[in-house]
Amino acid sequence: MKTNDVILQTIASVAAFIILAFAAYLFFAGHHEPGGGFIGGLVIASALVLLYIAFDMETVEKGIPVDYKILTGIGIGLSLLTGVGAMVLGYPFLSHTYEYVDFPFFGEIELATSLLFEAGVSLAVVGAILTIILSISEDV
Amino acid sequence: MSWLHIFILFPLLAAVIIPILFKKIPRVHTGWFVLVVPLAVFIYLLTFLPMVAGGETAMYSLPWIPRFDIHYSLYVDGLGLVFGLIISGIGALVVLYSIYYLSKHREALHNFYVYLMMFLTAMLGVVFSDNMIVLYLFWELTSISSFLLIAYWYARRQSRYGAQKAMLITIFGGFAMLAAIIMLSIMGETFSLQALMAQSDQLVQHELFLPAMILILIGAFTKSVQFPFHIWLPDAMEAPTPISAYLHSATMVKAGIYLVARFTPFFGGAMEWFWIVTGVGLLTLLWGSLLAVKQRDLKALLAFSTISQLGFIMSLLGMGSAALYYGGGDEAHLHSMAILAAVFHLVNHATFKGSLFMVVGIVDHETGTRDLRKLGGLMSIMPISFTLALIGSLSMAGLPPFNGFLSKELFFTGALNAAELDIFRMETYGALIPIVAWTASIFTFVYSIVLVFKTFFGKYQPERLEKEAHEAPWGMLISPLILTVLVVVIFFVPNVLAHYVLEPMMASILPPLAGEFDIHIEAWHGFEPELFMTIGVVVLGAILYATLRKWIVLYNNMPRALSITNAYNSGLKGMESISRKVTDWHMTGFSRDYLRYILVIFVVITGASLFLLDGFSIDTANAANINGFEIILSLVLVGSTAMVVITRSRLTAVIGVGVLGYIVALFFVVLRAPDLALTQLAIETVTVALFLVCFYHLPRLREKEEGDGINVFNLIIAGAVGLLVTLISLSANGHRLFPAISDFYEDAYELAGAGNMVNAILADFRAIDTLLEIFVLCIAGLAAYALIKLRLARREQDENQ
Repeated sequence: MKTNDVILQTIASVAAFIILAFAAYLFFAGHHEPGGGFIGGLVIASALVLLYIAFDMETVEKGIPVDYKILTGIGIGLSLLTGVGAMVLGYPFLSHTYEYVDFPFFGEIELATSLLFEAGVSLAVVGAILTIILSISEDV
Repeated sequence: MSWLHIFILFPLLAAVIIPILFKKIPRVHTGWFVLVVPLAVFIYLLTFLPMVAGGETAMYSLPWIPRFDIHYSLYVDGLGLVFGLIISGIGALVVLYSIYYLSKHREALHNFYVYLMMFLTAMLGVVFSDNMIVLYLFWELTSISSFLLIAYWYARRQSRYGAQKAMLITIFGGFAMLAAIIMLSIMGETFSLQALMAQSDQLVQHELFLPAMILILIGAFTKSVQFPFHIWLPDAMEAPTPISAYLHSATMVKAGIYLVARFTPFFGGAMEWFWIVTGVGLLTLLWGSLLAVKQRDLKALLAFSTISQLGFIMSLLGMGSAALYYGGGDEAHLHSMAILAAVFHLVNHATFKGSLFMVVGIVDHETGTRDLRKLGGLMSIMPISFTLALIGSLSMAGLPPFNGFLSKELFFTGALNAAELDIFRMETYGALIPIVAWTASIFTFVYSIVLVFKTFFGKYQPERLEKEAHEAPWGMLISPLILTVLVVVIFFVPNVLAHYVLEPMMASILPPLAGEFDIHIEAWHGFEPELFMTIGVVVLGAILYATLRKWIVLYNNMPRALSITNAYNSGLKGMESISRKVTDWHMTGFSRDYLRYILVIFVVITGASLFLLDGFSIDTANAANINGFEIILSLVLVGSTAMVVITRSRLTAVIGVGVLGYIVALFFVVLRAPDLALTQLAIETVTVALFLVCFYHLPRLREKEEGDGINVFNLIIAGAVGLLVTLISLSANGHRLFPAISDFYEDAYELAGAGNMVNAILADFRAIDTLLEIFVLCIAGLAAYALIKLRLARREQDENQ
């Protein structure tokens, strides 16, 4: 018997955006407030898992056509490249720097290279967690 | 680099092209090319003879690993040179003999000659090396090449058994020797033998003197087949006969003799050295001669005879070492006669035993058997071989006019002199030495006669032989002929040999007496006790041979269980079964047992060392105040832990673990770690979900839920580990030696532009840890993917069922 998941699916599609927004907040706030790349990645992953629970796998894959194994690789590559970038400029591996830039609309904002590193961490976390969960669920 | 360095390595270098010659020029027997090598070495070494006979020595050094004082340094003196001449000379004869002995069509000649050349280099290296580490290197190379040569016909089970036995015993001795070398280098702070000898006077009192001596002797005794390590030699007779003649009679088994002689200036003069070397030598002499009589296989007989003769030489080296106790004067000269007998017999033995082995090889080759019961009456069929065997055997038995007679007479002189020693507590046991020596000589006489008479006299039994017997080709007879001519020539002109060869050898063994020897070997020296002893040997030996049938049965009554080979075999088996039992006992295959070992060892070692070092001391001065939240959370924590441990249901345990995780997250909140709390919450959720997935998929068979029964042993281990870890944490917490480095990170805003210190540490200060952690996560993800996709788990299960 096919159950009718209309309530779950409706709530999930709204909630997923709220969770993703929260994840974005956690990720960007990480530099100054609690949060950061790791927890941000976990929360993104939980939003995606919610979608997988509410809908079937084919639907989600159609909407988000991402191979999470490749995503993991991209994440690790990004983190690694930020470290290598420092070496290219003549600094030790994984040296970070930051700069305050005056944007026309947002005002003064701090741009830090560690944010790129954190982005890599997030992508790797999302990729790894979803690889694990999806491969287990495909096995059942 | 001198020519000597090159000539010692020459055979090894030649070995490289031997297989090429074997493949490319199959028409010519490869041995003809090989023959050049030992001959060239022999001729080169002859050029040293005048120098050494003049009492001089030479040292050639070539740095190899100078930082560790290891040099490829060569020392030429009488002892080394004579050994070198015997090795290369008999090597050339053996190669010549092997050309006719081994067929170029059927045999893997390239292997044979490569091993042989390896051995030649190794042996030359042993006798010329001055550096003890290099000496050890060559020493092991002789063991390895001997191993390869014994197992030359590797398809035979007996060959493999013999090779393994020889390998195990000689390598055991080699390791003992290596230990001794290390001890000696500690004592003398040098690896150079000559530098060590120069300090021998000061080192006698050193505490390592005796252990080094015993270990050196174990090395020498295993190689030189002394009792009780002699058991490998009879089994090594599975090697081709040229190898038996070369390695196992003339050269390799004398490496131990060389070693004892080489170290005599260092250890000689000590009572332990005298007694061990003499005692073991005499025991080997007697034991070998007794066992040789009962052998039915010609090569086995010769093997035991070699054992016995090596005991002969060894005991003489022991007796002669007494000369060093006196250091000079008439007494020293009297006992130096034993050393003369030793080196003289060493040369003699190499000549007659080499030729006897070759003759036995001829008999084997031409009749197809070596069994004494099948042989007989070959005298008229193989007259030349018979003559050679007769001369060799009579020399071995110690009869005139052959060289064995001279050295045997000297042996009796040495034994009689030793019996009159008044040092080393000889008053009590000294009289035994000539008696043992004399008894052994009688049996030597008996087996020498057995060898000739059973083979060449009696009735010819063609129906029992595998081939029709006929005389060997001349090429095969040349080598034993040359050796036999030497046997006779040495008898008639012993003093030429004494001047050129024996005196320099004695000078190496007894350096304090160098230049003062007055050697004059005579075949006839009047009616002395030695002569009567020889007459006694002949008469009693003849009587014993005549009544051989009557008493040979006595050997059958010797219990097999008491033989040393039996002890070796059962020892080997016993070691195997004991190690199997030990392995089976502790390697159960259950991870719970291994976990117990790990935890028990952790508790015992850590606990005991902390207890012994007085490491437990709890200091609460730095402890923070405890508030109500923490007390409540701790109680819940303990409660949920107890639930996990006590529950009989898996689901409850999983939920209990979840509770634990969330409580920990709450602790992070209370202890002001928001980042950790967030992560802990998320991760705990994922973990619990994964646990649930796992339990959902547990196989049906195990579905019946059963709690663990209480295992007292596990309870004790768990309690002990918990207690120990708690004590360690409390002790460690109370003893902070250094202030924390977190002050540095508090400036995160200036240093990294980050308000969140934790995040700054993770992403900036110590980003490499984070980088590697995401690697770990990635690997875990890919591993889960791979495990599930490849169905490894299921495939393994199928295989197990």
